[in-house]
Amino acid sequence: MSVELTIDGTRVTGKKGQTILEVAQENRIHIPTLCHHSLLPTNGACRICVVDIGRKDRLEAACTTPITNDMKVETKSKRVLDARRLNLELLLSNHRADCVTCEQDGQCILQDLAYELELDLHKTAFKPQDIDKPVDDSSPAILYDPNMCVLCGRCISACNNIRHHNVLSYKNRGYDTLVIAGLGELFTDSDCVNCGECIQVCPTGALTEKPSRFMGRWKELEMTETTCPYCGVGCTLELYTKDNTIVKIKGKEDALENQGSLCVKGRFGYDWVNSPERLTTPLVRDDFGEFREATWDEALDLVAGKLAEVKDQYGARSIMGLASAKCTNEENYVFQKFFRACIGTNSVDHCARLCHAPTVAGLVKAFGSGAMTNSIQEMLDTDCFLVIGSNTTENHPVIAKYIRQAVLDRGAKLVVADPRKIGLVRDSSIWLRQRGGTDVALLNGLMNVIIEENLHDEAFIIERTENYEELKNTVEKYTPERVERITGVPADKLREAARMYAKADRASIIFSMGITQHTTGTDNVLSTANLAMLTGNVGKHGTGVNPLRGQNNVQGACDLGALPNVYSGYQSVEDPLIRRKFEEAWGAKLDERNGLTMVEAFNAVSRGDVQAMYIMGENPMVSEPDLTHVEESLKKLGFLVVQDLFLTETAQYADVVLPSCSFAEKNGTFTNTARRVQMVRKAVEPPGNSRLDWQILCEVATRMGYPLFYGSSAEIMKEIASVTPIYGGITHERLQKTGLQWPCPVFDHPGTQFLHRHKFSRGLGRFHGVEYKPAEELPDEDFPYMLTTGRLLQHFHTGTMTRRSKVLDTLVPECPIEINPADADSLGLADGDLVEVSSRRGTITGKTSVTDRSDLGTVFIPFHFAEAAANVLTNPALDPDSKIPELKVCAVRLRKP
Amino acid sequence: MNILRYRYVLQQETLPTSPSRDSVRTAVGETHSSSQIAVEQARELGLLGDNILGSSFSFDVDIARGGGAFVCGEETALMAAIEGKRAMPTTRPPFPSTKGLWGKPTAINNVETLAHVPKIIRDGPDKFAEVGSEKSKGTKVFCLTGAIQNSGAVEVPLGTALRTLVFDIGGGPYEGRSFKAVQTGGPSGGCLSEEHLDLALDYESLQAAGSIMGSGGVVVMDNTSCTVDVAKFFLGFTTAESCGQCTPCRVGLKRMHEILDRITRGEGKLEDLELLKYMSTGIIDSSLCALGRSAPNPVLTTIKYFEDEYLAHINEKRCPAGVCDALIKGYHVDSELCKSCGICVKECPVGAITQIEPDKKALINSDTCIKCGQCYTACPFNAIKEVW
Repeated sequence: MSVELTIDGTRVTGKKGQTILEVAQENRIHIPTLCHHSLLPTNGACRICVVDIGRKDRLEAACTTPITNDMKVETKSKRVLDARRLNLELLLSNHRADCVTCEQDGQCILQDLAYELELDLHKTAFKPQDIDKPVDDSSPAILYDPNMCVLCGRCISACNNIRHHNVLSYKNRGYDTLVIAGLGELFTDSDCVNCGECIQVCPTGALTEKPSRFMGRWKELEMTETTCPYCGVGCTLELYTKDNTIVKIKGKEDALENQGSLCVKGRFGYDWVNSPERLTTPLVRDDFGEFREATWDEALDLVAGKLAEVKDQYGARSIMGLASAKCTNEENYVFQKFFRACIGTNSVDHCARLCHAPTVAGLVKAFGSGAMTNSIQEMLDTDCFLVIGSNTTENHPVIAKYIRQAVLDRGAKLVVADPRKIGLVRDSSIWLRQRGGTDVALLNGLMNVIIEENLHDEAFIIERTENYEELKNTVEKYTPERVERITGVPADKLREAARMYAKADRASIIFSMGITQHTTGTDNVLSTANLAMLTGNVGKHGTGVNPLRGQNNVQGACDLGALPNVYSGYQSVEDPLIRRKFEEAWGAKLDERNGLTMVEAFNAVSRGDVQAMYIMGENPMVSEPDLTHVEESLKKLGFLVVQDLFLTETAQYADVVLPSCSFAEKNGTFTNTARRVQMVRKAVEPPGNSRLDWQILCEVATRMGYPLFYGSSAEIMKEIASVTPIYGGITHERLQKTGLQWPCPVFDHPGTQFLHRHKFSRGLGRFHGVEYKPAEELPDEDFPYMLTTGRLLQHFHTGTMTRRSKVLDTLVPECPIEINPADADSLGLADGDLVEVSSRRGTITGKTSVTDRSDLGTVFIPFHFAEAAANVLTNPALDPDSKIPELKVCAVRLRKP
Repeated sequence: MNILRYRYVLQQETLPTSPSRDSVRTAVGETHSSSQIAVEQARELGLLGDNILGSSFSFDVDIARGGGAFVCGEETALMAAIEGKRAMPTTRPPFPSTKGLWGKPTAINNVETLAHVPKIIRDGPDKFAEVGSEKSKGTKVFCLTGAIQNSGAVEVPLGTALRTLVFDIGGGPYEGRSFKAVQTGGPSGGCLSEEHLDLALDYESLQAAGSIMGSGGVVVMDNTSCTVDVAKFFLGFTTAESCGQCTPCRVGLKRMHEILDRITRGEGKLEDLELLKYMSTGIIDSSLCALGRSAPNPVLTTIKYFEDEYLAHINEKRCPAGVCDALIKGYHVDSELCKSCGICVKECPVGAITQIEPDKKALINSDTCIKCGQCYTACPFNAIKEVW
C-alpha cells in the first residue's frame, strides 16, 4: 500500500511500514545518521537523524518513525538542525577526538557529521571530558578504546542480534554507561570469539583491528573485493592494502553469503600473505641433499625432465598428482588437465578425499549430485535443523550465524547430534550425544520412529523415490531401545528428535566431517539422504541435505575434476563418450581407467607402484592419517615436486619446491559449499619470483611436450564452461557481482538455488538400506580412550596459514588436548598439564585442556599443530566406497609424562 | 476458555520526596510479600484462577519485581525489565497494545487506574465523571510532602486548586516560614510558584504551566529552599536515572547538571541561562523516551518563575535562601551567644578559631577559615553565624 507524504516540501511516495529515513534515502533526500546501520535492527539511540513531523512537543527519529499519509516532514529546519547539532556537540563532549592518529580517520561517521553540521569545536559550549577511561588492548585482535565510543549500540546489536554471541553489553547507566565485554572483564577474559563484527559496524575508532594500528589510514588504502581463503562458506572480503601489504579486512556488507560477517580467521588471519617465510624462488636439492635456490628455467626443466623420465620408466600411472582445495577452480582444472592430457593418468586427487569424498559418493548414489542441495540464505527460513557431525560455530562460523538467527530469532528447532558438547548445543532444542561412529544406528533409529509413528511423507516417497522397501526393512530393526544400546542416546530423546524433525515444515540436515570421516562415511551420508527423502525434505526451499565443505574451494576442486574418477563437472572417465569429448577438446589420448585416490597412492608408494608425486598446495604430512607411514612414503618417492607458498612439512621432503601465489595475489574463482562460484581478485603482487599455479603447470606441461597456454584465468574459465555442463554458463564477467550457483548450463541461466526441485539429478531419489557397522578401531584394554579429531575456530587445516598469523597463533599457540574432567581426574591431569597420547601408530604430547566438551572416555585433538600432529595417531582404515580414512575414531591411551 | 493474565509489576519507588538529600525508598520486599499474600488469598477464595466462581471466566495475577530503576516507569523499559533484559526504553511504534511483552499485545495500566475500575463498574462512568474538571475526570491521589504541616497521600477531585491542596489540606508551611514553590509530577515535573496557587490541578493546566501530573507528587518548598538548588537536585536524580541509551538524555542532562552546579558554586555566567534553555529545548525535542523529554522541566520552570534567584547566584554570587554552601562568604561568632565552651576550637580542622582572654570568646580568623562549616554545626548555642 502506498503512502504519500511531503519531505522538505517535496511530495514523495513510500510503502506502508517504511520509515521516514528509508523513504528519504529512496528519494535522495539526505538525513544524517549515526547509530543506524543497514544490517542491524534500529534502536534510535543517537538522535542524530531527528526530523520535524509537525509535533509541537517533540522531534522524531527518522530511522524509527514509520511514514503516514500526508505526513509533513522537515529535515533541515532550524529546530531540527539545532537538536542535531546539540546532540553532536554532546557526543563530542565525551569523545576523545584524536582524529590526527585515529584509525577511523576518513571513515568516521562522527567526523563526517561534525563536518556536515559545520561544528566549530573551539566554540562549542562543552569541553571534552571524562576521556581517560582505560583502553582494553588485551585481545590480539580487537582494540577497544572506550574514550572514542559514542554508545550508539551498534556493536552490542551486532554481537547479540546478528551473531548471537552475547558478549558485548552495557554496564552502568546514564552518563556512566559503558560498552563492556562479558561481565566487564577484559576482552581476552570474556567469551569473545574475535569475529570482529563489532569492529565492522563501529562508526568511530572505538573498536578497531589491533594488528592494523598505524599500518595505514583509510585514505591510503586500496580496496579489492575477493573471496575468503578459509572455510567453504565463501565470505566476500574487502581486502584493504597499502604498499603491497594487506592492512585490514572487512566483510562486504551487501554480499549474499556473509552480509558483512566474518570469523576471526577471515578478518584477522591474513598476515601470512606478507610473511617473510614465503617462498620467493624455486628450490632444488643440491648434491648434499640440501635445498638451494634455482632459476625457474632450471627448476622447471628438472621437473619436466624427471616426470618424463619416471613416465618412461614406470608408466604414467606411477605418477600421482595432488591438486588443492586452496587453489582456484581454474588452477585445479589446469592441474587435472595437465595430469590427464600431458602425463596421461587419472591419478589426481586432493584433500576432499580426507573430508567430503563420502558426501560426493553417497549423495551421487542417492540423489545423483554430490553437493549441498540448498543455499546458505535458505537456512533463515528453515523450521528444524538436524546438525549432525558439524561443529558449525567453529568450522563454519558464518553459517552458524544463520542457524542461530533462525533458532533464536524465529523459533526454529535445532537438533544437535554430536559426541562433543559443541557450541550449538547451547542453542539446541535437543542434543543427542551419540557415541563416536554410531551415526548410522542413530539415523536409522530416527527413521524407525518416523515410520513407526507414520510421520513419513508418503506422497514424496511414491512420486520421487525408489527402493523404499529396502530402507523400511532395514530401519525396522533399529528400535529406539536398540539404538540406545548402540549409541548411548536415550530412546525417548531419540523419539522426541525424530518427531521434531519429521513434523517440521522445512527441515534441513547439516553435516560435516563428523559424518564423513569414518570407515562408514558413505553409509552415514546415505543415511542422511534417506532421512531427508523419507520426510520429503529435498528439493524444497529451506530443506535439504547440506554438507558443509571445509575448505574455501574444496567444492570447486571436486567440480573441476581434481578427482581420480571424473573429469570436470563429475563426468566419468570411464564413459567412452565423455572421454572422447575431452580427448577432442584437449587434443590428447586419455586413460580410460580410474586413477588412484590419495591414501591409496601413499600405500602404492610403499609397494613401489607410485614413483613420483606432484603436490600443489597440499600438506599431507599433517593432514593424512598415520603420519609415520606418510613420512616413509614421501621419503621413498623417487621424485617429489611441491608447489606451495611455504616450505611446508611436506615440502621439506621434496626434490623441487616451486613458489606459488596466494589467494590475494591472483585472479580466479572459488566455489563455495553452496555451489556458488565467486570471484577471487588480485590485491597484492606476489613476493619475489613466485608464480601463479596455473602458469607453473602450463610451463611444465609445455616443457613435457604438451603445449599449454592461457592468457588469463578468465580464458581458462571459458574452456571450463565449454567442456563442463554444470559450469556451462559461467564466465568471469557474469560473476562480478554475486557469483552464480551451479548448475548453470547456459549463459543466460540464473544459476540454481537448490537442487532436485522437480526431479532428482538421477531421476528418482534412491533409498539405501544401510546397516550399522562399528568403527574400525574401538577402545580396548590397551588403548582405553576414543580419540576424535577436528578443527578449532582459530586455526585452519594444517596450520600453514593460520600458524603464521600473529593474531590466530597468539589466540591459540599450542595444541589443546581436550579431556573430560572425570577422565582428567582419574589420570591425575590438571588443566595445562602435559599429556602424552599414544595410539597403535604413534605418540604425541600436548597440553591438557579439561573440558566437558569431551564426553567421558573421549579425547579430542585438533589436527592443525604439526608439533603435536593428531594424525600421528589416527587410523588410516578406509571407507570402502569413498576411500576416506577414519579420522574421527580411533583408540588411544593417555599418560602423564 | 478466555484466559486473561495480569502481570502486576512492583516498580520500586525511587522518587525523592523532598529536596533534602534523603530520598525515601519504599521497601519493595514488604510490598511484594503483602501483594503476594493478597493474590494468594484471592486465589484461595476462588476469585482468581481458572473458572472464577464456577464461571467460564478465567483470570490470574502474577507479581513480578521491577528492575528498581526510575526508567522502569517507562512502559517499554518496564516490559524489557519483566523480560529479564536491561531496562532500556524502545521506540514506538510498535506500541505495546500491538506488540508488547514477549511480543504480545499488552495493556499497561498504573495501579491507580485499576483502583478506579471497581468504582466505575459499580457506579457507572457517569458517576465517575461527576467529579473532576472538564477534561480531566475523576479523582487523583497526590503525594503531598515537603515543607508543609500535613503530608501524606491525598485523594482529591481533579481540578482542585493547588491552594486547596497546599493550604487547606496540607495546612500550609511551618510556622514562621512562607510558601515559595511547589514541584509537581515528580523529579521530571515542573517547579511552580506562588502565582500558580490558584491553578486547577488537572492534566491540561499543569502542562500549560510547564509541569506535568506525572507521578502525582507534590513537593512543597518554603523560603528556606533555593530553587536553583532544587532544580539541580531533581536534575541530578534524572541524570543518574537516565538509562544511557540516547545521546540527549545521557550526555545532555549531565552537562546541564554541571552548569547548574557551577551556578550554585558562584561560577555561573549569564550566558549559562540561555545555554540551559537551548539545551532543555534540544533535549526535550530529541530524547527517545519520556524521561529525557521531561527531565529539563524543573530547570526550565525555575528559570521561568525564579529567574531572580538564578541572577543572584550568577551576578552577586549569593544564594538568597542561604542553601548553596559554596556561596557562604564565611562565619562569624556572635559574642552575645558564645558561652566560651571551646567546642568550635576543637572542631576546626585548620586552627582558624582562637579563644581570646579574658572572656575567652571565640574568634574566627577569616584568612585561614576554609568555610567547612564544622564549627557552625558543632556550636551548641547557635553562636556561629553564616556570612552571606
